[in-house]
Amino acid sequence: MGTMTETSTPRAGTAVRGSFDAVVEQHGATVLRVCRVIVGPHDADDAWSETFLAALRAWPTLPPDANVEAWLVTIAHRKAIDIVRARRTVPLEHAREPVSAHGVPGDGFELWARVAALPEKQRLAVAYHHVAGLPYREVAALLGGTPEAARRAASDGIAALRTRLTLEES
Amino acid sequence: MIDFGSVDLAPLRERLAARAAEEELLDVAYRVIDSPVGRLLLAATPAGLVRIAFEREDFDVVLDDLARRVGPRVLRGTDRLDDVERELAEYFAGQRRAFDLPLDTRLSTGFRRAVQAHLPSIPYGHTESYTEVATATGSPRAVRAVGTACATNPLPVVVPCHRVLRSDGSLGGYLGGLEAKRTLLELERRAA
Repeated sequence: MGTMTETSTPRAGTAVRGSFDAVVEQHGATVLRVCRVIVGPHDADDAWSETFLAALRAWPTLPPDANVEAWLVTIAHRKAIDIVRARRTVPLEHAREPVSAHGVPGDGFELWARVAALPEKQRLAVAYHHVAGLPYREVAALLGGTPEAARRAASDGIAALRTRLTLEES
Repeated sequence: MIDFGSVDLAPLRERLAARAAEEELLDVAYRVIDSPVGRLLLAATPAGLVRIAFEREDFDVVLDDLARRVGPRVLRGTDRLDDVERELAEYFAGQRRAFDLPLDTRLSTGFRRAVQAHLPSIPYGHTESYTEVATATGSPRAVRAVGTACATNPLPVVVPCHRVLRSDGSLGGYLGGLEAKRTLLELERRAA
């Protein structure tokens, strides 16, 4: 305030960033599906909220050339893993059923049961490659291991889901 | 492709905006309302109402401009704009003559800011000419600059630039279009 000109330039040192709302608009649905695959439909809303709150915090300093979707998925990966780990530490008698169709109308209970039954690496690979659309190189960066291993995990995971679903439908 | 469910983001976005406001992470909260002068975008900072935009200004462009000039943490939602929406509804219903809202005037500086500060002193239902406004702000020769100040008013309706006309009584210009200006003047004439 109190400057001579009315055309505003960003303060030195701050990245030029547009409205965060546009990020939510553009990527919100994909990130929610990613969260559903990793933590199940029950906890997906919490994972989503934690992801976007953390992203909002960091948004002004994200480098201008960053891939926003990959950045969001990386945050979602960390937040979702936190939730999965916290769930494991809950005493068994208080543990919630890991999978439920509640809150996701129209979705079969079976799909979520199948997703939850996948080995973790396959489940994450499916989420990051088939749902978020990340290339295997970036999936591998999140999971550890090689891109080839990420590709195998994703394709084994999706094949397992497809086979079981097809068997059940026929 | 396997279908991982339909998505309704609206409640999640509400919750995100509320939490962001709580944690003081929200530079700008906005919402869009219907009005007799078309859809309006209302935007507020923690300090107060910072922008009202007409649909013809293009809301995406307005939000992007706010992100750059005020801060990029912009979200739709939160109760930050409840009072603004209520007072505007009362105004459009002819039941409110003045606004009692905290305003964040950071988008205006210098002479424009001085002109915009003068506008609320033009009484409801009355008008002044660009020349009269220039005189009132101590720069009687700056008639054109008054026109520019009105045309760049970031808070139209609440800061009543629609009450400024040409000396011959013709409408002059308006950011929301002349039809909107006519509608507001007519509303105030009937209710006054």
